[in-house]
Amino acid sequence: MPKVKVYVTLKPGILDPQGTTVAKALKSLGFRDVEDVRIGKFIELYMSDVEEDEIPQQVEEMCRKLLANPVIENYSFEIEK
Amino acid sequence: MKFGVVVFPGSNCDQDCYHACRVMGADVDYIWHGDVDLSNFDCIILPGGFSYGDYLRTGAIARFSPVMKAVERYARRGGLVLGICNGFQILLEAGLLPGAMLRNKSLKFICKYVNVRVENDRTPWTRATKIGDVLKLPIAHHDGNYFVDQKILLELQDGGQIILRYCDQEGRVTEEANPNGALDNIAGICNKDGNIFGLMPHPERAMESFLGSEDGRMIFEGLTKCRKFTENLD
Repeated sequence: MPKVKVYVTLKPGILDPQGTTVAKALKSLGFRDVEDVRIGKFIELYMSDVEEDEIPQQVEEMCRKLLANPVIENYSFEIEK
Repeated sequence: MKFGVVVFPGSNCDQDCYHACRVMGADVDYIWHGDVDLSNFDCIILPGGFSYGDYLRTGAIARFSPVMKAVERYARRGGLVLGICNGFQILLEAGLLPGAMLRNKSLKFICKYVNVRVENDRTPWTRATKIGDVLKLPIAHHDGNYFVDQKILLELQDGGQIILRYCDQEGRVTEEANPNGALDNIAGICNKDGNIFGLMPHPERAMESFLGSEDGRMIFEGLTKCRKFTENLD
């Protein structure tokens, strides 16, 4: 069963208060090399009998329609066989 | 004037909205999220709450419910649509209003009274107010940090589409008066035609003095004077 890993991230320049807070916490734990943290979403899709070459187009559409909000988020995905 | 209050799985301000309409003496009915017939209504309210658990993003799933297809058609024909809090988030996800909601800057759920200043009194929603009026309304949200890109922000400004801004008691729009980090202190916007209005504060929870404020009536009063606006709808 093909598995698709979808990553949804805030666009560069969009304030990420969660990321900022986690970055501060990491620094306070002594990880001083952490410059910045951005938090996003990781979504796993398990596809059933679908033609492999149809997957990218379908996932693209899922991302555009529902999984990401194009106003504030970018997305990318990897297909695992 | 007949109001319809949409009930999504997870809506929790639907009864408040229903009550608010009754307080104003208006006729009102609930609309189930699977319904698609909106022909009886003069104004549709998308209430606050956590539609579909707010899974994925606030309003992201509600936007695809059957009733929202009908609301989109209704709105594009010029029908009055009011989105309060989660309802506002749904309007953004549906693309009926521009922009998106980010987590509150403080990362905290905020539930308190705030002040908002009326920026445009020539919309169906604010005709009972005057520019500069300060309304005391409650907010209750985790994702109310309104964001939109600079180009559209300018369009909103030029088009008079920014209807409410967070302000202090004297009506000054300051950073301190901004509860959630919203861009330009924006608390409520409308579309170009003025028939679709989304706001984060809850006017329906400020209808009677024992609740701490009755300034919410101003929004509903404007609406009930709106008969004319809806007459042209088929």
